[in-house]
Amino acid sequence: MSTYAQKKGFGATVWDYLTTVDHKKIAVLYLIAGGFFFVVGGLEAMFIRIQLAVPNSDFVSAGMYNQILTMHGTTMIFLAAMPLLFGFMNAIMPLQIGARDVAFPFINALGFWLFFFGGVFLNLSWFLGGAPDAGWTSYASLSLASEGHGIDFYLLGLQISGAGTLMGGINFLVTIINMRAPGMTYMRMPLFTWTTFVASALILFAFPPLTVGIFLLMFDRLFGSNFFVTAAGGNTIIWEHLFWIFGHPEVYILVLPAFGIFSEIIPVFSRKRLFGYSSMVFATVLIGFLGFMVWAHHMFTVGLGPIANAIFAVATMAIAVPTGIKIFNWLFTMWGGSIKFTTPMYYAVAFIPSFLMGGVTGVMLASAAADYQYHDTYFVVAHFHYVIVGGVVFAILAGTAFYWPKMFGTMLNETLGKITFWLFFIGFHLTFFIQHFLGLWGMPRRIFTFLEGQGLETGNFVSTVGAFFMAAATVVLVINIIITTVKNEKVGNDPWGDGRTLEWAIPSPPPFYNFKQLPLVRGLDPLWIEKMEGKKGMTPAEPLGDIHMPNASFIPFVISFGLFVAAFGAMYRLDYGWGLPVLIIGLLITFGSMFLRSVKDDHGFHIHKEELIDEDDKGVKA
Amino acid sequence: MKKLAKWRLFSLLALMALILSGCGKPYLSTLQPAGEVAQRQYDLMQLSTIIMVGVIAVVTIIFLIVVFRFKRKDEQIPKQVEGSHKLEIIWTVIPILLLLVLAVPTVIETFRLADVSAMDEVNEDGKTDALVINVRASLYWWEFEYPNEEIVTSQELVVPTDQRVYFNLKASDVKHSFWIPSVGGKMDTNTDNINKFWLQFDSKGAEKANELFYGKCAELCGPSHALMDFKVRAISSDEFDQWVASMQGIEEPVQPETALAQEGQELFNQSCIGCHAITPNNASPEAARVAPNLTDFADRAYVAGILENNEENIKKWLEDPETLKPGNKMSGTYGELTPKQIDALTAYLMELKVKE
Repeated sequence: MSTYAQKKGFGATVWDYLTTVDHKKIAVLYLIAGGFFFVVGGLEAMFIRIQLAVPNSDFVSAGMYNQILTMHGTTMIFLAAMPLLFGFMNAIMPLQIGARDVAFPFINALGFWLFFFGGVFLNLSWFLGGAPDAGWTSYASLSLASEGHGIDFYLLGLQISGAGTLMGGINFLVTIINMRAPGMTYMRMPLFTWTTFVASALILFAFPPLTVGIFLLMFDRLFGSNFFVTAAGGNTIIWEHLFWIFGHPEVYILVLPAFGIFSEIIPVFSRKRLFGYSSMVFATVLIGFLGFMVWAHHMFTVGLGPIANAIFAVATMAIAVPTGIKIFNWLFTMWGGSIKFTTPMYYAVAFIPSFLMGGVTGVMLASAAADYQYHDTYFVVAHFHYVIVGGVVFAILAGTAFYWPKMFGTMLNETLGKITFWLFFIGFHLTFFIQHFLGLWGMPRRIFTFLEGQGLETGNFVSTVGAFFMAAATVVLVINIIITTVKNEKVGNDPWGDGRTLEWAIPSPPPFYNFKQLPLVRGLDPLWIEKMEGKKGMTPAEPLGDIHMPNASFIPFVISFGLFVAAFGAMYRLDYGWGLPVLIIGLLITFGSMFLRSVKDDHGFHIHKEELIDEDDKGVKA
Repeated sequence: MKKLAKWRLFSLLALMALILSGCGKPYLSTLQPAGEVAQRQYDLMQLSTIIMVGVIAVVTIIFLIVVFRFKRKDEQIPKQVEGSHKLEIIWTVIPILLLLVLAVPTVIETFRLADVSAMDEVNEDGKTDALVINVRASLYWWEFEYPNEEIVTSQELVVPTDQRVYFNLKASDVKHSFWIPSVGGKMDTNTDNINKFWLQFDSKGAEKANELFYGKCAELCGPSHALMDFKVRAISSDEFDQWVASMQGIEEPVQPETALAQEGQELFNQSCIGCHAITPNNASPEAARVAPNLTDFADRAYVAGILENNEENIKKWLEDPETLKPGNKMSGTYGELTPKQIDALTAYLMELKVKE
């Protein structure tokens, strides 16, 4: 047993995490940072619901409300949901394909720190004159008119964290293409790996349009260009296109990994292989592909004309087909199975009808002529929360319970887990179901208050009550995590007992090199195959040998910190004399450390065969 | 027993209230369509809801069977099934057919609702036979210009019932969106271009809504986006013609009668008139029309689109518009008014009528 980590002091542990390039530790960093931002975004949601509990409320002011709603959306999408999923991708995907790390460990760390500094920068806006207030979509005419630096925080913060996400996506793609264990063909990859692969491909193609859009808007605001200034011949509709060419695939970037997590959980607790594996893979790829063909359905009321609207309406409806295939495949995986209702399985089972609700309202929204009524109302708010909470957040909560033992070596408490589930499930439907009707009754979205006598009082109050249930669920989850961490009862390789894929074949948490010997994969669900033949673990595909590992590095942190500094300089350049020097200093830090990285040879290190054998002996004694 | 009966009555009443409120208010809800456009959209909603409820029902049945029947009872390993081509073809083909049922009417309606050809048919006078209204959205108010009739009004759109009304939509500062929920789905007012669409207001629906529909801004536009409401007075075409005639009849500002109101007029002419016009002709260019036209202010049902039009609310608005509509462009454009000045201005505004 390795006692290396326990011997270290607090400072050394912090330094270890600041410099780590180990995918499992980076996963933990993603979970911590993403979890923190999830709580921040959740608090913002609570402010929103408290403000809207009663008509004419003055809990928060109109201007403040717009900042809160903008930050709620931006935080939840960019700083909570995506990083949390990145956490699971980092922690699990390399294990599932039998790899010792991702393809570019250094870039993996860089991706995290870029996201982190971007997120911190964006949230510092609260303390530095006000947060962005033009909605997470930041439509150009409004964001150009917005005073103060709120929108600048949005632009620079997302630019930095977006670069991190793009790097992460490319890294996962290369990892999956190149680093699969012997025998792990594409059509033997677990669904979570497949969805990571497709989501990463979506990131690769969807983030550049966002980067371009943000870049143009940044130049309009900070450097006097006129891309979106109508009076100077610019066009604000271009921003809407750029944003949604990114924004729609973004939905699938979030929901495909969520599908992946459920596609792992359902077979494990049904003790049955995934029904229609190849059609699941096909559906995943098809959803990813169609995801790029439908962005204008967010713009039906912009006035693109009936031809564009009709085409995008039909294209959007088409996405329902592969999504439906998935729903039925999950159901028929459970059909004839032997279902054990654990906490992760609770979420997986509840996900099916909840997400279905979001899916069918999606088809209703696709009907362009009817969408003129739904667009920008609470109906849309209800729809996308059903998709993102009922799909993505359920998956994150399920994944937390499911993979916690693999990541930390201890089991979260099942009773508390089920309490969290019920609170969250009831709260979720209570909050969002009624919002469909609020929208149909004429309530536009993004309003800081509503007036009496419009029939909107009861619905809004019910919705607020539901939000408190979800908040309570989150509190129980945090308590659960603390109790579990304090107790620290260690578990074995396969704590759920029915693990099917490679990650369950190695210790929990895995050693830093993951696999002593790369495993030989003989089919889909490789561990299950071995188990069914009465073997305890995987057959190695190679003799025991030296393992090549990357060195830890502080440079990713410094590169990201430089951009963080530069962002302040860029923003305050016109206000203060120190702006320009700070911009230059920040960029020098970034490019200087990149240069250092380029000229300094870093060959990593080897774990020698003898050490691996030693550890085996110790393990036997312990 | 008595207690129980009381509870039963209570729950019955609650249920009734729920059903009655289930469709929202007739002047605001999309579920009580009061015009051809809203009706067509409502029909599409119904069609899609029926299909979707059917899908949900099928999934729910399978779901319930699965959850209850296949709970783990023993430690046996179930049969590992790879899939089934037959089943997979079924749940690919049936959804495609269902979507076609929805897609065809969707495409038809999308084109129908976009048909504004009547706006291009110009007669000998260079005007359209169809009623056209230019809508201009500004932070946080609405201007309605009737180009054929050559009149301008604000905040309260006046339309004839039972005929198609065509709209040119644009925004003068940031993007807004023009929405009258119970009459028909919205269209954005862009800063870049003019959007066109049509609506039709039902006389029956108007009756149910007391001739006054609520209109909303549906695109986040700043702090008071929530308060950027307008109202729609839908009246018979005879009444509408009368209204147009009496509006056109006002070539000079309406002269107030009481002494207090005359005092108010003086005040108004010193300051307010710089932004607020009180004649309906549209000679001044758009850029100069920076605030709502007040010609028929006293006829309107609401002050600033949000407060019932009465003396008290007008005073409140004049005293402190910032609290009532944060971020509006009127706040801070005039010094503090004395109570007497507010009384005078209010009296004047309350006499700005064109209705006989």
